[in-house]
Amino acid sequence: MDFAANLTLSALGQQILVGLSRTTILFIVASGLSLVLGVLRIPNLAHGSLYMIGAFVTYSVAMALGGGAFGFWLALIVAPVLVAAVSFAVERGIFRHLYDREHLMLLLFTFSLTLVFNDMVKLIWGADYRSLSPPEVLKGFVTIFGLPFPRYNLFLLMLGPVVALGLWWLTNRTKIGKIARAAAVDREMVGAVGINVSRVFSSVFVIGCFLAGLGGALVAPTQNITQGMDHAIIIETFLIIIVGGLGNIWGALLGALIFGLTDSVGILICPQFAIVFPYAAVVTVLLVRPKGLLKSTW
Amino acid sequence: MLKVEGIHVYYGLSHILFEVSLEVHPGEVVCLLGRNGAGKSTTMRGIMGLNPPRQGKVLFEDQDLSGKKPFEIARLGLGYVPDDRRVFADLTVAENLDIVEGVSKRKPQWTRDRLFEFFPPLAPIAHRKAGLLSGGEQQMLTIARALMTNPKLLLLDEPTEGLAPLVVKTLEEQISSLKEAGLTVLLAEQNQKMALRLSDRAYVIDNGSIRYHGTIQELRENDEVRRKYLLV
Repeated sequence: MDFAANLTLSALGQQILVGLSRTTILFIVASGLSLVLGVLRIPNLAHGSLYMIGAFVTYSVAMALGGGAFGFWLALIVAPVLVAAVSFAVERGIFRHLYDREHLMLLLFTFSLTLVFNDMVKLIWGADYRSLSPPEVLKGFVTIFGLPFPRYNLFLLMLGPVVALGLWWLTNRTKIGKIARAAAVDREMVGAVGINVSRVFSSVFVIGCFLAGLGGALVAPTQNITQGMDHAIIIETFLIIIVGGLGNIWGALLGALIFGLTDSVGILICPQFAIVFPYAAVVTVLLVRPKGLLKSTW
Repeated sequence: MLKVEGIHVYYGLSHILFEVSLEVHPGEVVCLLGRNGAGKSTTMRGIMGLNPPRQGKVLFEDQDLSGKKPFEIARLGLGYVPDDRRVFADLTVAENLDIVEGVSKRKPQWTRDRLFEFFPPLAPIAHRKAGLLSGGEQQMLTIARALMTNPKLLLLDEPTEGLAPLVVKTLEEQISSLKEAGLTVLLAEQNQKMALRLSDRAYVIDNGSIRYHGTIQELRENDEVRRKYLLV
């Protein structure tokens, strides 16, 4: 065991950067899940499937346009929008008629959606895995702390704060965001002052699902795009929002940071058991604060 | 203007209101008096469609409200001020009003600035979270929020509950100037003194049924009704 040799300061700094770029993806997906959970009060189990669809669509769009830079950037826009469109159709077509039903029914409905979506992915893309390379500008490495760091990860690192800022603006500066915050706490009263709650739910659901699609699109060049990637992300993101505080977007950010950083630093300290670290961190946090770190809307 | 015709309201299996009927004419302030648990709030919730009546119907300006959702009823011109206030605690005072802006298609009589003039204590705390306000401030905010929908009729459910006497007095003056401005009000109250001063007519509710109705003068003279249904 020579992990002491691995543990140089620059290696640690680099792993932290890797962790932070992973955090970006986790945050984007988890914030969408948290938004829907906080406002609609529905744990959307299909969130992971939408993330997977986002990744596959990104691959297909990029490939259809020749696999070049233009195709990639376009795919980055098309994939989340398409995912949002699918979720809009599902919400207006079926989901909204179930809001008055008991909670378990809604949960079962989102579960049934995962089955439908996953089979759809199997039908369209088959069981093989795909991989996508980032566009030329984001290929290769830059040197940070004297060690090579993937350019694409740097791109993710810069994107994280942009998305966080966008979400802050949405929830605090737009009317729909303010209404969503009110509805998260007292949806009956929101209706009683003349606001069409159902329409607000629809918008929030679509925005949340858009974020799942965006996460999937962004993750596409960093890993194999494959069946089953939905399972991993849905477990991780649920843990993240539980740790951060259900329904709290900043909680999702905090949870994603904890998850991303313990994961990447864990690899440095003890690669064989790296997978244990984030879960150990989650357990520790929940032992101390069972309701999550930040204020939950539940 | 508002006609409640023999409504029966349930909470799940329990039958709360029995054949409740009442009427409010344009420009009137009508109070609904009764003890705690008599059915005042349930009547309000029934009118707003929050607990839709299972029998009977509610007519507003000759329009049947049956089957309408609360937001549609609010847009027709019914402003609702619930007894437990229910400000949107995470939002600032200004945001509580902003999100309601423009829900009704009618020409707005009330804007945020006009409401701050009407409820002066709210202006300096416009950017404070509503959850941090005092009871009186929260009550003013709920009334302001309801006015923001530009209602023709205001349903005021126990506005003075749990407030200090001085605050009650201020509120009474404000409600009274709303009346002078031509707003129609249905006021549910336990606080008889205030309600009788403000109102034109009164209904007395007990155990989910209307027991009495008449003018304020008649009620003042009818000791038996007041003793039987209103004294604690």
